[in-house]
Amino acid sequence: MKKLKVVHYLNQFFGQIGGEDKADIAPRLEEGPVGPGNAINGGISDYGEITHTIICGDSYFNENKDDASTQIEDYLKELNPDLLVAGPAFNAGRYGMASGSVAEIAAGLDIPVISGIYPENPGYEMFCQYAYFVETSNSAAGMRKAIPAMIDLIKKYVEAEGDLGSPEEAGYMPRGIRKNVFAEERGAKRAVDMLIKKINGQDFETEYPMPSFDRVSPAAPLRNMKDAKIALVTSGGIVPKGNPDHIESSSASKFGRYKISDFEDLTARSHETAHGGYDPVFANEDADCVLPVDVLRDMEDEGRIGELFDYYYSTVGNGTSVANAVAYAKEIAQDLKDNDVQAVILTST
Amino acid sequence: MVKEIEREGIPVVHIATVVPISMTVGANRIVPAIAIPHPLGNPKLDDDEEKNVRREIVERALRALTTDVKEQTVFEELD
Repeated sequence: MKKLKVVHYLNQFFGQIGGEDKADIAPRLEEGPVGPGNAINGGISDYGEITHTIICGDSYFNENKDDASTQIEDYLKELNPDLLVAGPAFNAGRYGMASGSVAEIAAGLDIPVISGIYPENPGYEMFCQYAYFVETSNSAAGMRKAIPAMIDLIKKYVEAEGDLGSPEEAGYMPRGIRKNVFAEERGAKRAVDMLIKKINGQDFETEYPMPSFDRVSPAAPLRNMKDAKIALVTSGGIVPKGNPDHIESSSASKFGRYKISDFEDLTARSHETAHGGYDPVFANEDADCVLPVDVLRDMEDEGRIGELFDYYYSTVGNGTSVANAVAYAKEIAQDLKDNDVQAVILTST
Repeated sequence: MVKEIEREGIPVVHIATVVPISMTVGANRIVPAIAIPHPLGNPKLDDDEEKNVRREIVERALRALTTDVKEQTVFEELD
């Protein structure tokens, strides 16, 4: 069995370059494994070797996607690995986007990809067809489970010579790809069997699960901005200085409703961000760069808008589960309706 | 959050730096922002210029809120 040449993609944090202050670094290439790559490399030593690690800052990748992609594609063309390993990205939004995009680049070069991600990470839904993703927990606390799962999948991949079989058999998350297989019985019989089971109230397994689209139709536009009451909502964690409700920097368990009717402008003295996972320096210096209160006050004075609602709503998007975000938004929406707010500007970092 | 508020019939404009994430979460009116740590600002500019940049983005957000859309729409900067 030929040993695989493996390249690993990591962000600046797991690539051991630094935290948020290094999130804007351009792609770079290191020889050998780095950080979690060491454990992966040890686990797959009979099957392959991580010869190189590509590291890129999460903000850099997402803000300079074309440049970052070109550079990473050049690295991959030059290295021409048998397999790319990316992440795991857990529920980190930017990292999931970057890992998924790198998987797409690799797929374009016919390089298979094995990665790990939390199912709610938008990077999974967007890029699931380009990689074999093992399911991970939502934070890096799950590293100890994620790494063995990725090693296991890499081994299976090598043993099966690239033909991993179905997601259920091999232990990766569905890729949304249909493959032709031979069945014992013809389709008509299988369909009727399913129907009979359904009629009898028995369990049956569909061969084609319907995708779950949850889309909300666009609400009607405002006719008259001059009289409109507008509210601000943010997932960027802007809170009054001192974070009175102790909103968590990650996986927020609550949202805050804060009075802004007394503020013409947000300052370093009045407001800050509770959000982890992005560099807080700018938001702490001037929270208007996340929550544009100063501009909306000007517009209020000029009669461009009717009024800015007296309160704003804030939570931290970082790692917060969809279920919690939905619950917060339902409460917020009710409060907005009770206060006759006509439109919302929602800002995200 | 965008979707759940809009579900109640209140139009929401999402100002977001990573537009593909905004598309995935189902925002209908999207205004691209500047950078992840400062979506509505640019610390490289002086205060007045920075405020002008912010004003432009908020103006675009208001334009989005007064525009009838049938599907997910990204409101880019006007030429």
